[in-house]
Amino acid sequence: MELTTVWFVLIAVLWIGYFTLEGFDFGVGLLLPVLAHDDTERRVMINTIGPVWDGNEVWLLVAGGATFAAFPEWYATLFSGFYLPLLLILIALIVRGLAFEYRAKRPDARWKARWDLAIIVGSLVPSVLWGVAFANILRGVPIDSDFEYAGGFFDLLNPYALLGGLTTLALFVTHGALFVALKTDGEIRHRARNLAVPSVAVTAVLAVAFLTWTQQQTGTTGSAVAFVLAALALVGAGLAARVGREGWAFAGTFVTIALAVAGMFLALFPDVMPSTLAGGASLTTTNAAATSYTLKIMTVTAVVFTPLVLAYQGWTYWVFRKRIATHHIPAAAESASVR
Amino acid sequence: MDPTDIARWQFAITTVYHFLFVPITIGLSAIIAGYEITWLRTRDERWLRLTKFFGKLFLINFAIGVVTGIVQEFQFGMSWSDYSRFVGDVFGAPLAVEGLLAFFLESTFLGLWIFGWDRLSPRLHAACIVLVHVGTLFSAYFILAANSWMQHPVGYAFNPDTGRAEMDDFAAVLLNKVQLVTFPHVVLSAYMTGAAFVLGVALWHLRRARTDEDRNVYRPAVRTGAWLVLVAALGVFVSGDVQGKIMTEVQPMKMAAAEGLYETEQPADFSVFQLGTLDGEHETFSVKIPGLLSFLATGTPNGEVEGINDLRAKYEQTYGTDPGAAYYSPGDYTPVIPLTYWTFRLMMGLGIAGAAVAAWALWATRNDRAPQGRSVLAATLALPFLPLLANAFGWIFTEVGRQPWAVFGLMTTERAVSPGLTTTEAWISLLSLTAVYGVLAVVEVRLLLTWIRKGAEELPPDVPTDTGEDRPLAFAY
Repeated sequence: MELTTVWFVLIAVLWIGYFTLEGFDFGVGLLLPVLAHDDTERRVMINTIGPVWDGNEVWLLVAGGATFAAFPEWYATLFSGFYLPLLLILIALIVRGLAFEYRAKRPDARWKARWDLAIIVGSLVPSVLWGVAFANILRGVPIDSDFEYAGGFFDLLNPYALLGGLTTLALFVTHGALFVALKTDGEIRHRARNLAVPSVAVTAVLAVAFLTWTQQQTGTTGSAVAFVLAALALVGAGLAARVGREGWAFAGTFVTIALAVAGMFLALFPDVMPSTLAGGASLTTTNAAATSYTLKIMTVTAVVFTPLVLAYQGWTYWVFRKRIATHHIPAAAESASVR
Repeated sequence: MDPTDIARWQFAITTVYHFLFVPITIGLSAIIAGYEITWLRTRDERWLRLTKFFGKLFLINFAIGVVTGIVQEFQFGMSWSDYSRFVGDVFGAPLAVEGLLAFFLESTFLGLWIFGWDRLSPRLHAACIVLVHVGTLFSAYFILAANSWMQHPVGYAFNPDTGRAEMDDFAAVLLNKVQLVTFPHVVLSAYMTGAAFVLGVALWHLRRARTDEDRNVYRPAVRTGAWLVLVAALGVFVSGDVQGKIMTEVQPMKMAAAEGLYETEQPADFSVFQLGTLDGEHETFSVKIPGLLSFLATGTPNGEVEGINDLRAKYEQTYGTDPGAAYYSPGDYTPVIPLTYWTFRLMMGLGIAGAAVAAWALWATRNDRAPQGRSVLAATLALPFLPLLANAFGWIFTEVGRQPWAVFGLMTTERAVSPGLTTTEAWISLLSLTAVYGVLAVVEVRLLLTWIRKGAEELPPDVPTDTGEDRPLAFAY
């Protein structure tokens, strides 16, 4: 396989890692006002993702850095072209990240309520905008012959892209609900399970519509297979959730997201950012790529270190495998005694 | 302002802001790891109290360092897309490796350290914070390798067909001579910064301590902090000196600008400060140390140091008088002299002041003394800020001193900006990020002060080890 293709696959893998992992912690953030009825319950939910959300977010940073190194033209066109949506995502991630760390650091209710809002909005904005961004990449955007994005902000808000945004939002909510059901005990677990089944149904409708539309636009046989399997996995997740097999249900949405993202990359290949402009130029895996020397160096690094990263990240999930319930939350000792 | 200027302001603001938190993160993680290991070896509870106390302050600081770092990574593509296209082949690689080697390590093991008090054995728990620190060092190494390449591009070839710089020797990029001295210089200043923070906080508590027990907790923190500041400062001065010589070799204009030296001199004097216009025309008053600049720049007291005027003529010959076509006017091969001149001095002056205050603290706490009074208060308030501001001025100096180049000799900053960036977009971005950062600064400082005031709390009494499933978490958000 060409190194450029290898790196296209690796970038896809990094985004799969990002959406499958941060997808559920976005979902937990989104469901904070729905599943938790008081502060202790909110803390239960936040602590299910406490030890891992930061590591999940690093998948995005590595995807960004790897794109910079492996496909500099793609990195440049994408991030300068999608300037304002990306800025929104960054600001959302800033306030969200701080909210986890800061909300329990002071006892007063208003302080906590504000940071809770930061968690909710900070999870909502990227959940929608990543879908919008990827839909636009698949659909193609006006890119001129110098690889510069020639559209504006509102070109990005077309119906197909908005459907993409709603789909990622619904997927992450479902993924998050199943994660909460898997990682908590008591009332919250109960509520999460009750929410999961209708949530799977809504997600299925949106996802089938979006993926069919995608398939129709740029699909290949490979993407069709991935999309069908993704849909089956989602149905499987719904069935497992119904009978209370939370582990299997969560694995189901995990696989759904992984296959859907894989399908989108299959539908994209060999383009990385097609142009819709007459006389414009599409970015492809070859014309956007770095030199084979750089790709070789990067490949060696990735081959050596990725398994290591997967091993210790996996171990973290094992260390914190226990379910959390309200009685596990220490009385607000951390924060109550602040003078 | 045009989009380029706005983008430059944004880069400057976000970078300097981000770098207020980074050195504390690097320094504090090392110190906390030291405390926890000392606790493991001695089982003296004071060290555990210090571990947990500074651990909390560390987390408040770390969080903001991480989130502001995300902006840095994407900003190259957003505002500087032509730069990204031109150098991505070289510059992207260390950035990607930084993510894979450093960010995963830091974030994963920090999560384990925060939540793992009752899930991991004490040794494994201490290993986690050590790995977090190792992650911060990796991170510093790779990002500084990328920056050093901008100061002194090596290990690449310009490809006229693709019109970009293409890497042909990754080892050369990682072992760039500028990098080999910048990395120790920056990491040692980070240790100095972290230690000054610990020293300042501990000294304040020592002054207020009313019981022997309290004094026993804060004294070791004061002593270890002061020693570390001094040792690190020594390293900062030595590495800074070497760095000056390398800088003179690869970026002579930066050294000339740092000195406001217009005419080539041999020997060259070091100007401690200078009043006048700094344009070489009107020098009204200055204090000079004979031969010192020659020594700083070349290692011998009567070495020749090139002046701005000669260098400019030289650069115009090498790079042409119109390097950026429409963007460019001749004679722009000099950075902003007053900014370069004063940030260079502030960097050194504040660093030296930090070391001096630490030496005083060490002397004042000799033989079990716990100094009182206003001088202690002044020292504790100043201490954390001296190296912190020195770092900021150091960065401004090194980045402004490189101008007009984004990559020295290869690409001007004017040409690096995203061509599609509109003034509106640039303003929205600059204003919203600055506003968010401003609010966060207030929140962060107030939170830090609250938790500093609380001090190193006593450890909860040992509850009979309850291993049941229902026992509360040792730590929860």
